[in-house]
Amino acid sequence: MSLSHLKRLEAESIHIMREVVATAQSPVMLYSIGKDSAVMLHLALKAFAPGKLPFPVMHVDTTWKFKEMIAFRDRMVKEHGLDLIVHINQDGVEQGIGPFSHGSATHTDIMKTVALKQALDKYGFDAAFGGARRDEEKSRAKERIFSFRSEGHRWDPKNQRPELWNIYNCRINKGESIRVFPLSNWTELDIWQYIHQENISIVPLYYAAERPVVMRDGQLIMVDDDRMPINEGEEVLHRKVRFRTLGCYPLTGAIESEADTLEAIIREMLLASTSEREGRVIDRDTDASMEQKKKEGYF
Amino acid sequence: MTSLSITDISDYLKEQEQKSYLRFITCGSVDDGKSTLIGRLLYDSKLIFEDQLAALEKDSKKQGTQGQDIDFALLVDGLAAEREQGITIDVAYRFFTTDKRKFIVADTPGHEQYTRNMATGASTADLAIIMIDARKGILTQTKRHSFIVSLLGIKHVVLAINKMDLMSFDQEVFKKIGEEYRLFAKGLGFEEIVSIPLSALKGDNILKISENTPWFRGPSLMDHLESVQIDTNEAEKPFRLPVQWVNRPNLDFRGFSGTIASGSIAEGGEIVVLPGAKTAYVNSIISADGNVRNAEFGEAVTICLDRELDISRGDVISKVDSRPEITDQIQAHIIWMHEVEMLPGRPYLIKTNNRTLDGVITDLRHRVNVNSLEHESAKTLALNEVGLVNIKLGQKIVFEAYVENKTLGSFIIIDKFTNATIGCGMIKFGLRRASNVHWQAVDVGKESRAKQKHQSPKLLWFTGLSGSGKSTIANLVEKKLHAMGKHTYLLDGDNIRHGLNKDLGFTDADRVENIRRIGEVAHLMVDAGLIVLTAFISPFRAERRMVREMVGTGEFIEIFVDTPLEVCEQRDVKGLYKKARAGELKNFTGIDSPYEEPEAAEIHVNTVEFSADEAAEIVVNKLGY
Repeated sequence: MSLSHLKRLEAESIHIMREVVATAQSPVMLYSIGKDSAVMLHLALKAFAPGKLPFPVMHVDTTWKFKEMIAFRDRMVKEHGLDLIVHINQDGVEQGIGPFSHGSATHTDIMKTVALKQALDKYGFDAAFGGARRDEEKSRAKERIFSFRSEGHRWDPKNQRPELWNIYNCRINKGESIRVFPLSNWTELDIWQYIHQENISIVPLYYAAERPVVMRDGQLIMVDDDRMPINEGEEVLHRKVRFRTLGCYPLTGAIESEADTLEAIIREMLLASTSEREGRVIDRDTDASMEQKKKEGYF
Repeated sequence: MTSLSITDISDYLKEQEQKSYLRFITCGSVDDGKSTLIGRLLYDSKLIFEDQLAALEKDSKKQGTQGQDIDFALLVDGLAAEREQGITIDVAYRFFTTDKRKFIVADTPGHEQYTRNMATGASTADLAIIMIDARKGILTQTKRHSFIVSLLGIKHVVLAINKMDLMSFDQEVFKKIGEEYRLFAKGLGFEEIVSIPLSALKGDNILKISENTPWFRGPSLMDHLESVQIDTNEAEKPFRLPVQWVNRPNLDFRGFSGTIASGSIAEGGEIVVLPGAKTAYVNSIISADGNVRNAEFGEAVTICLDRELDISRGDVISKVDSRPEITDQIQAHIIWMHEVEMLPGRPYLIKTNNRTLDGVITDLRHRVNVNSLEHESAKTLALNEVGLVNIKLGQKIVFEAYVENKTLGSFIIIDKFTNATIGCGMIKFGLRRASNVHWQAVDVGKESRAKQKHQSPKLLWFTGLSGSGKSTIANLVEKKLHAMGKHTYLLDGDNIRHGLNKDLGFTDADRVENIRRIGEVAHLMVDAGLIVLTAFISPFRAERRMVREMVGTGEFIEIFVDTPLEVCEQRDVKGLYKKARAGELKNFTGIDSPYEEPEAAEIHVNTVEFSADEAAEIVVNKLGY
């Protein structure tokens, strides 16, 4: 009798993580606190049990994350004895970069993409796990599980290493690095099913609750702190909302929902008529925006 | 679905957890409608969200090839370059679920120049859909796709005869193509070939049997994909666990982690660790579900043994009664995946499922013409070519033939300098030669021979362009060393080419073999205790490094005779540059064949600043005899 699809995905992810630990000099796990990161962390704990994680987890903090995300992160660190690195782009902070003052593109570039590159260089990590999935977006569908980055962290989609069977080429020269995506073959539904099956903790923002929001450019943006300017004609509404994806609060649209249990979230997902990244402002800028960002070093 | 209740969801999730899984690949050429087919499968199984559909409609009008209709191909062709060119240039993975199964589709390009991408997609697939344009029938590319699919070990094939709408859904057309294909595919080892008449564009026979083909009894493509039984008897095969990583979090725990490549294991079972052949019993098994009594094929586990054994990454754990083979020489089919051609004799890295080691392709038995499947003789393999080769590995590996066990029978080939993945291979069998030819152990060794001569043996490797002064300087150095009472021997390029290597020409492949033979001869002479001087252009880093690795540490002294091309060309002692410029000499280093300068030569001599005698003096001084 062969393994069910979740078992197969689980084994594949564990194999990938062990391969990195067996071959990389200095690996790190990028931890974005979202549901995919939660699953990735859960799988890593399994892969290296009964030991602790043999690498640090790193959060690139844009300083605009939801407060509940940070609280959840710190809880996970404590529960699992994680070695956490938090990196903030201090240059960006000094220049006062933020999504409201500089727009989503500049903010994401400086506080996320540049910050990530800074952090990888600073600690000299040669392999970094990320929780991206191939079903998320068109250019990700073609990215390798072991995604080679040249010096300067650039991705060249036309020059990817062929990736056969489960034999991964982890070799790099000095200055080069590899991004590794253990969840490449998982879908959004797989992630939710697995969270359900394994009873994995996720940030409460995924569950519907009454939250203060403002309707802006057709999206419900949560008022998470007093840095959020309320424009003329805008009104802070108290709506029962939840988030399908988490990021910087000013760039993450909420959806109105009654789903306050995992079953209800999955039910809602099955009935959904828009894809997950719809709620993310950065993808909509241009047609090939994700591919461009990835070439520049975005996860 | 709108009435889905929470209890339904719990049932639904339980059902989902038991769902099976199928990975398949679609092969076809640019215009066969492959991307359209996948787009159609996603669309018809309602897996396209409203926002994606809206974007698709917008894109279809802007870039589509279907007028005002939706161009499904745009849904699948992800990269900007592909959308612009209207072709699929890389493997894209698509996901969809039906009530019965979950699917991962590898959508791969069909052009001959993308054979490597097809092989990549096929390596993880259980089934292949081979697309045929009903108007054109079986083409060369159909044969190529089928061969690659068979080479990668796929047993289930769907022959998707597409664009039937353009042939008025004529049964005769369908029948003829199907029969012709079966005849062709006889030798390819497929277990099952199912032909289906399709129109991917219009949706005929995709989800259900079309009214346009009343003569076709089915199944529809989706019915077949949902019900096809992929017989994996991997769990019944002998137990194999390639050790991927040793888990040693503290002194009290020592476990061996890996993914079970075949068979099953239970607590208390007796195992043997290869290639070392030490035996032990399984104390405990940790799987993804925690401590378990047994585990089987496909699971990622960590096992602990009842005694301390020296086990490391690269070993394979098996049961005692049925062991895999061990060898350091294999015969394998390889697919070359890089623009720089494969050269027998050049050192590469071979990565198997759980270890990376040195490897040299000792013999290219034949090249397979991927279009005709004929065997051709060849000296090298270019990008996307397939060949049968012998490989000598730096160490012994535990392996099985690819047809027996994909995990233990597969490997990739990595370039030692760029680290690019440049090929992949499927092991046919181990060559016995390894165990029969032993290095003759002798009592008088290199050390005692060198001692008798009062010198430390060295290989002085002069490299540089033709006319750079290698031979002249090497000659002077030998004279000086000889005068000092040293025992020397000079191997000169031209002299060797008159004898030992007179069968070799000047192609890249022959140049590599030339240097390999010289390296072996020099190695023997160094072993005899001599100071060996060689003067060969030796243009490639890889070969100089190969020779460096043949002799002992510190014995290889690379001497870069650095003379700019213009100067060499001006000197043109033998008139060769003139001939090369006139096109009378092909593959001339510096003109139409590359010279790769040493990156870290032990000695660097500049012949523009110094005379030959001064240069020789510099070399001798640096040697410090």
